[in-house]
Amino acid sequence: MSMNTLLEVSGVSVSFDGFKAINNLSFQIGPAELRAVIGPNGAGKTTFMDIVTGKTRPDEGRILWGEKSVSLLNMSEAQIARAGVGRKFQKPTVFETQTVRENLMMALKNKRDWWAVLTFKPRSNDFDRIQKVAQEIGLAEQLDRVAAELSHGQKQWLEIGMLLAQEPRLLLVDEPAAGMTPEEREHTTALLVEAAKTRAVVVVEHDMEFVRRLNCKVTVLHEGAVLAEGALDHVTANPDVIDVYLGR
Amino acid sequence: MNRSFIARNPSVLVFLGCLALFTLCVTVFSEGAGVGGISTSFIKTLGKTLCLCLVAIAMDLIWGYCGILSLGHFAFFGIGGYMIGMWLMYARTELIVEASLAQNDIPPTAQEVIDGIGTQIFGVVGSSDFPVIWIFADSLVMQLMLVLIVPAVLAGVFGWLAFRSRVTGVYLSILTQAMTLALALYLFQNDSGLRGNNGLSGLQNLPGVEAPQSLVSLWFFWGSAFALGVGYILASMIIAGKFGSVIRGIRDNEARVRFLGYSVESFKLMLFVVTAMIAAIAGALYYPQAGIINPAEIAPIASIYLAVWVAIGGRGRLYGAVLGAAFVSLLSTWFTGGQVPSVNLGIYTIDWVDWWQIILGLSFVFVTLFAPKGIGGLFDILTKKGRSS
Repeated sequence: MSMNTLLEVSGVSVSFDGFKAINNLSFQIGPAELRAVIGPNGAGKTTFMDIVTGKTRPDEGRILWGEKSVSLLNMSEAQIARAGVGRKFQKPTVFETQTVRENLMMALKNKRDWWAVLTFKPRSNDFDRIQKVAQEIGLAEQLDRVAAELSHGQKQWLEIGMLLAQEPRLLLVDEPAAGMTPEEREHTTALLVEAAKTRAVVVVEHDMEFVRRLNCKVTVLHEGAVLAEGALDHVTANPDVIDVYLGR
Repeated sequence: MNRSFIARNPSVLVFLGCLALFTLCVTVFSEGAGVGGISTSFIKTLGKTLCLCLVAIAMDLIWGYCGILSLGHFAFFGIGGYMIGMWLMYARTELIVEASLAQNDIPPTAQEVIDGIGTQIFGVVGSSDFPVIWIFADSLVMQLMLVLIVPAVLAGVFGWLAFRSRVTGVYLSILTQAMTLALALYLFQNDSGLRGNNGLSGLQNLPGVEAPQSLVSLWFFWGSAFALGVGYILASMIIAGKFGSVIRGIRDNEARVRFLGYSVESFKLMLFVVTAMIAAIAGALYYPQAGIINPAEIAPIASIYLAVWVAIGGRGRLYGAVLGAAFVSLLSTWFTGGQVPSVNLGIYTIDWVDWWQIILGLSFVFVTLFAPKGIGGLFDILTKKGRSS
């Protein structure tokens, strides 16, 4: 594994009841890189994320992480998250009954074992970090509001903010622009591009227009395997990709 | 943001104030230390009610805040009662046996005393030997420690197995209920070592203490009030901080908490064990006031009642659990105590002992469907806040 690789997925396969959701998939990403993963429905995009975050165990293949090339396969979801993999779900999943501040405080990178959490006393440094993240996601005025009261777009940002507060080295983002207004999309694009300057960001997206704005390398998935990889214009010119997206 | 804990949680101060005032009033009108007016048996009822409030707080923590509908917390309550009951019964029987043997011409040997105690305690189940679980029964300190250790170990082993296998929701409830039922059935056996369905009795007498029951009942009442106060403060502190955020997060979306990097299983396990210990402390204070404990107390229905109290009081808020337990258990005592006159309708006579169960069941359904915040929800309307915690 080269020095410039943060995550290396190689030869991974997984099947559910005989259906091969992921078929000999290989994927690499560097420590500060933005990548879009596209593909038609059922191409295995979400399963790919499930595998990397430990929710689904692959039948075969390797997943290596970081400079020391640690295998993620023997780690629990929580351990993988602590190692530095953050995940944003398709539906905004914030803790609705809690305030924006509580949501961010929970996500903020700190010790995660129960004793440390029980005895946790927020320091001014913690409040500063929360303030900073809240400003980035445009929720600085909403810190004391209950998350349930936020608009759909604000919830999406809160979730992105929670991921930033977690300070992951790899950010997996599932359809961030779904259900957003054009201005909200622009803001989200800016957030992701900014985040990718210091960490790896993988965006799974349906919407080609949104992918174009991200202006990054694209990986096209089809039937659980990589169909094409490269710049957006390059892959959209690929006959196989055209076939998958427009054919049939 | 850096205000003191009490300033951030004014309801804790209000609660402690009400509890102190209540304790004072009861003391003033008690027969043991005051002007009289409240009978000793009613003091015991009130003291027991405070213990039920404490176990309801434990139930609210695990169910209302963490979303684990445990139908086993009354089993931990019962275990606490059994552990303190063993010492109470042993020590008191020892005094009786020594007194009766002292009338003999030859002083009794230690073995004779122990045999005498064994015959007294276990004669009822056709035995006179001490089962191995009574090994520490002569030591108050050891039995007090066992009040905490036995439920903690049981909850720890059970919780570790259940949570590690990611058993959740109704399946977990069924599993906890099975554990409770197994424990009750085991204790019903005569060779369980805890006197089968006879249970342990005479627990209202403190060995070596000459004070009348009117005073002893007051001591236990104070002890129960103190334990409830401490339990309330501890529970408030647990839920106020980040730990509270995490367990409420587990209740609302367990997978999300996991992807934040928290080991959901260890949080659940820790809370399960701590609430089991709180329940056991409540039980250890309750049964000396009840005077008797038997396996029927542990039967699953008791744990279901506990869930009903918390639901009616309003889960997810501590004072709701306390109000629910106090309100429903006192009403239950009243209705099932035979003091409420039956209503003769001519063709049918309403007997409240039977009808109370139906009223309770209907109010549970009503609360679940129409007032999910329970009695505690009334405070939202009064304070016009309307925000759930």
